[in-house]
Amino acid sequence: MRVILALAVLILGSTGGEIAITHGMKATGEPARLRPRALLQFLGRAARNRWFWAGVPLMALSFYALLILLSWEPISLVIPASALSYVVGTLGAKYILGEQVSRGRWAGVVLVCAGVALVAAG
Amino acid sequence: MASERRVRIKTLVMVLAMVVCANAGDLMLKRGMSQIGAVQLTASGLAEAFRLTVTNGTIWVGIFFLTGFMLSYMTVLSWADYSYVMPAGAFGYALLTLLAVVFLHESVSPRRWVGVVLICVGVLLVGQTKPRTTAVASEAAA
Repeated sequence: MRVILALAVLILGSTGGEIAITHGMKATGEPARLRPRALLQFLGRAARNRWFWAGVPLMALSFYALLILLSWEPISLVIPASALSYVVGTLGAKYILGEQVSRGRWAGVVLVCAGVALVAAG
Repeated sequence: MASERRVRIKTLVMVLAMVVCANAGDLMLKRGMSQIGAVQLTASGLAEAFRLTVTNGTIWVGIFFLTGFMLSYMTVLSWADYSYVMPAGAFGYALLTLLAVVFLHESVSPRRWVGVVLICVGVLLVGQTKPRTTAVASEAAA
């Protein structure tokens, strides 16, 4: 039970954090060009976005849950299980960020999720 | 709107930068921490480990690459879909396996090879889709 709870914190924390950061970066807008000066201005704008700062503690929480999980369970179980975050993240992208997830993209996400689980399991 | 082809190329270049920086960063951290040796979980052990890590050049190279990862991740998400970038980034796992075979001559289990193939096919499928499906902030305002 506690493992499932920690896994939920790990997956929801990382996907929630990444979704908040994505939302923040979309509001920030693209850098004018990929040059050092324009990138610094872009970073300055991102650092003033509250969604970006909402995402950071969520990702820290997720990292903490990962450390706790690794102290309970072997890494060959924890990392494959956390591959579920590809599916959870895609659901979040669709329903929270309003991205259009086509069938082709869903098929790719499911294959990646299974592939990462297999690679991490060794 | 910038041509879709241009957005696609720009996105793939940034995803590649993300993957290379993340792998290189992890590799350098691993190498640096092996130079330092196993950390003792006592107050003095942690203080000593902290002193050794901040004075270790390899660790700083790792931090440099991981900063590059964060920067390229933030940049690509300013225009591309999260549901495009996230699965595409999994290409790193496949790359890491190939590097381990070619350079470290590690043996890889059949199960892991199946995983690598699934990731590659999955990333190719996601790569076929439109990198961006939501409105662009700057264009929406204009």
